[in-house]
Amino acid sequence: MPKLKLEARSQPSQMWSYASPLLALACTVAIGVLLFALLGKDPVKGLQVFFWEPVKTGYAVGELVVKATPLLLIALGLAVSFRSNVWNIGAEGQYILGAIGASGVALMANPATGSWIVVPVLLAGVLAGLFWAGLTAFLRDRFNANEILVSLMLVYVAVQVLNFMVFGPWKDPHGYNFPQTKTFEVVTRIPRLFAGSRVSIGIIFALVGVVLVWVFFFRTRSGFAQQVGGLAPAASRYAGFSSRRALWTALLISGGLAGLAGALEVAGPIGQLTPYVPAGYGFAAIIVAYVGRLHPVGMVFSALLMSMFYIGGELAQSRLGLPKSLTGVFQGLLLFSLLACDMLVNYRLRWIALGVGK
Amino acid sequence: MMDSYALLIAATLNAGTVLAIASLGLLINEKAGIVNLGAEGMMLCAAIAGFAAVVHTGSDTMGFLAGIAAGAFMAAIFGGLVIWLNTNQYATGLALTLFGSGFSAFAGIAYVQAQIPERPNFALPYLSDIPLVGPALFRQHPLVYLTVAFALVLIWFLYRTRSGLILRSVGESPESAHALGYAVRWIRMGAVVMGGALCGLAGAYLSIIYTPLWVEGMVAGKGWIALALTTFATWRPARVLLGAYLFGGVTMLQFHLQGVGVELPSQVLSMLPYLATIFVLALISRNPRWIRINIPAAMGKPFHPGS
Repeated sequence: MPKLKLEARSQPSQMWSYASPLLALACTVAIGVLLFALLGKDPVKGLQVFFWEPVKTGYAVGELVVKATPLLLIALGLAVSFRSNVWNIGAEGQYILGAIGASGVALMANPATGSWIVVPVLLAGVLAGLFWAGLTAFLRDRFNANEILVSLMLVYVAVQVLNFMVFGPWKDPHGYNFPQTKTFEVVTRIPRLFAGSRVSIGIIFALVGVVLVWVFFFRTRSGFAQQVGGLAPAASRYAGFSSRRALWTALLISGGLAGLAGALEVAGPIGQLTPYVPAGYGFAAIIVAYVGRLHPVGMVFSALLMSMFYIGGELAQSRLGLPKSLTGVFQGLLLFSLLACDMLVNYRLRWIALGVGK
Repeated sequence: MMDSYALLIAATLNAGTVLAIASLGLLINEKAGIVNLGAEGMMLCAAIAGFAAVVHTGSDTMGFLAGIAAGAFMAAIFGGLVIWLNTNQYATGLALTLFGSGFSAFAGIAYVQAQIPERPNFALPYLSDIPLVGPALFRQHPLVYLTVAFALVLIWFLYRTRSGLILRSVGESPESAHALGYAVRWIRMGAVVMGGALCGLAGAYLSIIYTPLWVEGMVAGKGWIALALTTFATWRPARVLLGAYLFGGVTMLQFHLQGVGVELPSQVLSMLPYLATIFVLALISRNPRWIRINIPAAMGKPFHPGS
């Protein structure tokens, strides 16, 4: 009887670190097909709504980009964080605060305001996100409080802050008592790139972010210091890199980007502050960051993929009568499969005949 | 007025029990050196599994068993990944939570409006008739008392038995335990599955007894608070229990405050448990030496036995 054995590689496999996300996707698709069959739906139709419909027309691709934008922005920040071994998992909260901050400025606009208002709207979002992530950084820095738990708890607090604003001071007086703000003035709307598509300048911010994060990681000393702190804290201390600085940098960059994403969303596709602003982008971006190998370019692809999952879930609801929460199932499965497949980066599988060798 | 305090205490014990069961489970994990950030996801899946089982069988016992099985199964997957394939504990736990919240929402759609049989009355004969003390302490589900008993057993197990010593050694210094010939990976796996089973029981208690219904995301951060409690308790079972009741009290305080007419927006009251968690974490962690002395030394670190 031969036996399957895991054998450590002498160095991580370059090939598998690229192939593993693809293999993970294949596993997720395979499980998806199985799931569709179990639910009595045609798997081919299921695959179609997830992988073909979202790219079928120009408009559909635009929608794909619209959803990929916040995911990519947040994931870029998280990559900085995770590479520095700072576990900011509260991006959802920073995103919500960004949306609240942006709304605060957008609500001040009136029909006579110039279109310059977009700049303070976005800045307010960034600042609010910075502030929220800064709380986590402060508590970690000053009180040594675990950033995983603090950043996550702040998500729940952020949701309540949002609810307070839309049920209380910011509720639209002419909104039939719905918990939402009035629709923002048209001048606050994030400029769109093309007629007939909802793609906004947000995607340009995201792509500029990709370049900046790439340069930061691979071409600057501070970016290098940031990552050494994550990989080898002792070496980093010996080299004189400040771990406090790395902590604040990681959290402020990820908080600012999540805040920007929130601002772009609330002043873009949504156009008002509602309790439905949190759409789980902050959590999905964690998966985007990992599946994209924490690499700025890789995350462009994984953000598009995750956006496909979102759109596919919505289509599965309208076309196949399946619940939208299918998206969450597939997102979770993808991250699971990826973590399992990543084993192949560090290990190789060997068949060993029993009785031979040791 | 006094009656309302008795009810507050009763509700506190009830809410604290959910946290205590989960947190004691996570404590077992962490004593063996494993941090499972998937608590929230396991509790969600167990909550729907338990609730669905009660809807179909009408038996609470089946519900609890289903919840325990769901938690243990998910923990086993987690354990397989982090213990044998050496995946990152934090990332894998997060994957469990993300998957769990998606999957429970998906599986729970059919049960959103479902009802389960009326909950029986759990009053203990005679004891529950004592004024004040009766309604406060003796009208609880048996699991409330069993949780206290379990905490005592756990203290005895961890600090008074050989097996408990081995479990702790695996979390303090897996290399030494391995050198002494203990199967570090299997011991860790056992601890992880046990932790998952307890998180599952907590999730099932939530959806079967505590709020007998299913709502998407109903665990609402209790899994994360349970994780924070182990730090708060500096990894000691008795303090975990105490902390759980304290937080159960904070959860209930928001309703009590509303009841006695405190003029605070309901959203501010809803923030209380989360703000309290942050506050307490900061308070306890403030002294790094205090944490370093008490934390299981190998917690969160992978272990590969040399070949």
